[in-house]
Amino acid sequence: MSNLHADIKELIYQGNWKNNPALVQLLGLCPLLAVTGTVTNALGLAIATLFVLVGSNVTVSLVRNFVPKDIRIPVFVMIIAAFVTIIQLLINAYAYGLYQSLGIFIPLIVTNCAIIGRAEAYASKNTPILSMIDGIMMGLGFGLVLIVLGAMREILGQGTLFDGAHLLLGDWATNLSITLYQVDNAFLLAILPPGAFIGMGLLIAGKNVIDQQIAAKNKTTNTATRAPRARVTSMD
Amino acid sequence: MSALKVLSSPHQHSQKSLSQLMLAVCLATSLGLLAQLYFFGIGVLIQIVLAISTALACEALVLKLRKRPLNTTLKDNSAVLSALLLALCIPPLAPWWVIVIGTFFAIVFVKQLYGGLGANIFNPAMAGYVLLLISFPVQMTSWLPPAELMPIQLSFIDQLSLVFTGSSSAGLSLEQVRSGIDGVTMATPLDTIKTDLSKGLTVSESLAQPIFTSFAGAGWQWVNLGYLIGGLYLIKARLINWHIPVAMLSSLGLCAVVGIMIDPDTSAGPILHLFSGATMLGAFFIATDPVSAATTNKGRLIYGAAIGILVYLIRTYGGYPDAVAFAVLLLNMAVPLIDFYTQPRVYGDTKDS
Repeated sequence: MSNLHADIKELIYQGNWKNNPALVQLLGLCPLLAVTGTVTNALGLAIATLFVLVGSNVTVSLVRNFVPKDIRIPVFVMIIAAFVTIIQLLINAYAYGLYQSLGIFIPLIVTNCAIIGRAEAYASKNTPILSMIDGIMMGLGFGLVLIVLGAMREILGQGTLFDGAHLLLGDWATNLSITLYQVDNAFLLAILPPGAFIGMGLLIAGKNVIDQQIAAKNKTTNTATRAPRARVTSMD
Repeated sequence: MSALKVLSSPHQHSQKSLSQLMLAVCLATSLGLLAQLYFFGIGVLIQIVLAISTALACEALVLKLRKRPLNTTLKDNSAVLSALLLALCIPPLAPWWVIVIGTFFAIVFVKQLYGGLGANIFNPAMAGYVLLLISFPVQMTSWLPPAELMPIQLSFIDQLSLVFTGSSSAGLSLEQVRSGIDGVTMATPLDTIKTDLSKGLTVSESLAQPIFTSFAGAGWQWVNLGYLIGGLYLIKARLINWHIPVAMLSSLGLCAVVGIMIDPDTSAGPILHLFSGATMLGAFFIATDPVSAATTNKGRLIYGAAIGILVYLIRTYGGYPDAVAFAVLLLNMAVPLIDFYTQPRVYGDTKDS
């Protein structure tokens, strides 16, 4: 049992931080950069991707012993496409406004490499339970980046947060929309694709800085116990 | 190995130190700058002061964060030059935050995040300009008509208050100041031609507008002449090579000649292309940036010529009236490729090996 616990802990760490699909693996960048203009869109896509990821991971894991190695990729794609179709129809039925604003990026979840990547790298080799947890964690990690990037771009670009949240969450959410500051001139760059790239770069840089600081901290605590090692080779 | 470490560009051969070189380039803009001051008012100077102070503050901040020596880098005047070039491209009465955002982006993102002077891929001033142009199209295209066509004369206080509060001391907005009594907004020569062509007028009909007083549009032609003279001084003083400006201007001129021969009704002539907009400033001061331009002589010719062609294409077929910034940035991306294929033969090496 403790083994499972350790596995889950590792999955949480891997999915959300160490091996984050958006910040480290840089997978699924197309929807990530395209729809994060507002938090609402980002949240919608994050939930959709999470659902598809969990569904496909569990299914792939269940059938992993019956699928011949040679045709596994087409099978995985079919499974993913089935889940994407389900989520597309669901969004179309229950959040039509969001369906319109996400547009082509809902069907394009099929091509999101983060999903097929997890199916191939994890779900096809592990048990359904672990695959499900992996799907949730990877989906969360991806979704978190989506939402943070969406918030950055929405605040910079329009000065609002959760604008249009009622499209996703129903009429009660109209009040969620916060206007942080009023601008006459939207900072268009933040909303346009270049702003997404720059914002993404900043997020990745931020993660690396945090990692470095953690590493530096660990190093300073460890150096006392280690003997100094002579450096014999040099790159420069 | 470290003794053979290759420094990154600029490798300009000049007795001058880096800071003197940058300062000389700044000074070479002075004729064009004076023309701009004369035609568009003291607002130009306000923008320059804002830009330079922002640039120095941003540079100091990033250097401190990067734990780099403050004094030597600040004194090399490269930030000052970038800020100056950006400020010269900004409409003189644009709100103060426009130039501040642009300079911040140019220095912090385009220059320092890539590693500081010598390591930046893109020309900081032009990247800052493009950021502003696509983010704030209204502010960035609100050029004043040249002084002789200005409906209302603005005092220094008026201009200062337009930049900082958005309205003159008499309470007029920039839009009202620009359009005057008859409500017709004055635009730059290139803008005028672009708008008129889209309205179905021919170029010769467009040239009858009051903005075209002599050979290439009131005000702008003198500004461009000023930069041309400043640029020629730079070449004479061997601060820049002749390759880029000559290639750029001749390819732009050639394109314009071909264009006017094929379709005289919808093509602005070579004189107009060469002496309006940012052509001269771009050719001598912007495209020649030693860090982001090509570094071999053959490469410089290709680089300059490609910029000229792109400027013509974007001006004629693109959505924006002027194109120097876009052309320079696009070619900045191509520089590693150009440099790779134009590496000069090493002395003693045979041609076919």
